[in-house]
Amino acid sequence: MLFTKNKPIDEVLKSLGEEKNIFLLACDGCAEACGTGGREGLSRMKVELAKAGKNVSAACLVDFLCNKVLVMTRLSRETENIRKSDSILVLTCGIGVQAVSKVVGKVVHPADDTVSLGGLQGLWPSDERCDACGQCVLDYTGGICPVTSCAKGLLNGPCGGAEDGKCEVDREKDCGWQLIYERLEKSGRLANLKKVYAPRDHSKMLPSKELRESSFYDLEQ
Amino acid sequence: MKLIERFREGKFVLTCEVGPPKGIEVRKLIDQMQPLRGKIDAFNVTDLQSSVLRVGSMAMCRLLKEEGLEPIMQLTCRDRNRLGLQSDVLSAAVLGIENLLCLTGDHPNLGDHPGAMPVFDLDSVQLLAGVKGLMAGKDMAGNELEGRFPQFCLGAAVNPGAEPLEPQIMKMEKKIAAGAEFFQTQAVYEVDKFAAFREKVRHLKAPVMAGLVLLKSAGMARFMNANVAGIHVPDGIINALAAVEKEKRVQKSLEIAAGLVKELKGLCEGVHIMSLGWERHVPKLLEMCGL
Repeated sequence: MLFTKNKPIDEVLKSLGEEKNIFLLACDGCAEACGTGGREGLSRMKVELAKAGKNVSAACLVDFLCNKVLVMTRLSRETENIRKSDSILVLTCGIGVQAVSKVVGKVVHPADDTVSLGGLQGLWPSDERCDACGQCVLDYTGGICPVTSCAKGLLNGPCGGAEDGKCEVDREKDCGWQLIYERLEKSGRLANLKKVYAPRDHSKMLPSKELRESSFYDLEQ
Repeated sequence: MKLIERFREGKFVLTCEVGPPKGIEVRKLIDQMQPLRGKIDAFNVTDLQSSVLRVGSMAMCRLLKEEGLEPIMQLTCRDRNRLGLQSDVLSAAVLGIENLLCLTGDHPNLGDHPGAMPVFDLDSVQLLAGVKGLMAGKDMAGNELEGRFPQFCLGAAVNPGAEPLEPQIMKMEKKIAAGAEFFQTQAVYEVDKFAAFREKVRHLKAPVMAGLVLLKSAGMARFMNANVAGIHVPDGIINALAAVEKEKRVQKSLEIAAGLVKELKGLCEGVHIMSLGWERHVPKLLEMCGL
C-alpha cells in the first residue's frame, strides 16, 4: 500500500493562502490505514482548518481516490458544495491528488507526502503514477507530477528538448511540463512557474526506521 | 578571460563549438581549431553532446587553454549528482577555466548508451544557483569553502523557437535570477521567430548569442529536423542545398550561413557557430559576414 505522512500544517496552510471555503476530501483506503486520511485524518484536519479561520464547506470520504470513476460518482452528489468552495484539500497519496486534479475543475491542494510505495501504485489508477518522493509538489504543478511525468524528473522544467508538446525521449509521450503549463494556464496559476524550486532531498526516499518496523511496510513485523 | 567582458566591450561575440572525440586522439581536434585563433572569442566544449560517450569537456578545455584558446566548459545534469557537479566546478576553477555553460542535458535514451541511468539530480536552474553559491563561498549544503572562491562567467541555453514560448521565457528569467549572464541558442533558421522572441525578452538584459550550424548537405538538414530538438531548417534552405553539385556544397552552405548571420546581426549580441568538423571553412565564413 502507499504510505503517506501528513504534511506539516504550516505548509498546508501556506498553500491555501487566502482561500476561505475549503472542501475537505480524504481517502478511506491506504491513507485511512496510515491515519493520514480516513475519518481520523478528516477530523484532525477539520480542527486545524477551523483554528486557522477557514470554513470547511464539506468533509467527504471516498474509498479509493486513485480510481477516478469512484471519485466522480461520489463527488457528483457534492457539486453544489464544490462549486461554493475556493479549493479542495485532499488527504491521500500522490496518485489520489493527481486523479482528483484530473476530474475536478477546482484547485486541488495535497495535505500529505507519499513516503513509500510498498510495491503498489494505487488500486485502480489509470496513468497517474507516484514515485513516493516524500516532498509532494503537486500543489505547485496544478496536480500533475513532474517527477513521474517528466522523463528527467525536472522541478524547474521544461527542458529544451520538447517538440510540439512531446518529450524528446519518445515523440508519442506528452511532455510533462507542457501538461503542467496547460493545467496552470487553464486555472490562472501560471505565476507558479516563476518559483525556483530547490533540488530534491533524495534521502526522503529511504523508508524511516519507524516505517520499516511497522506492519504497513512489512506484514511480518 | 570571462566572456561577459567581451559583451561589455560592445563586441559582437563569436564562439565556436568543439565536440570532443570518442577516444583519446585529441590532437587532431586541437589542430582543427588553430585557424580560428584570434577570430573566435571562445570555444564551447560540449559535455557528451547527444548523450554519446566522448572525452570530457574539462580535459578538452584545459588542453585548449594550454594552446592559448579560451574555453567555455559545458556542464550538463545528466550524468553527475550535485556532489559530482560541484566537484567538477571546483576542478575546472583549479585548471583555470573561467567560463561555464550550465545545461540540463539530453536524456541518455537519445545516445549510444540508452540504458544508462539518467541522473538529473539537478536541473539547469539549480546548477546555475549552485555555482553562483560556490562563487560566493558556500557549497550547496551551506558549508563554507576554504580559501579563495572560484569565479566564472556563467552561461545558459534558451530555445527561441519553442512553442509555447512563454514557459521558455519564464525559465530564462529563472536562469538569470540563478546567475546566468549570457545565453546561447540552438541553431536559428527562422529569423522572424527569433525577432519575435527578442521582442518578448526585451526586459531581460542578458546578451543572447544565436546558434548557427553549417549545413553540410540537404540530408544533414533533414536529419536535424527529424532528430534534433529545437532545430527547424525551412524547406527553402534544404532545396537550395539539394540543388547544388557536391563540389559547390561548401560554398552554398557558407552562403546560407552568411545570409543568416547578416539577418541575425541586428537581433543578437553574438553568434555561436557549430561547425561540426568544418572549422577550416569558418575563417572564410567570417570574411563573408564581414566579421
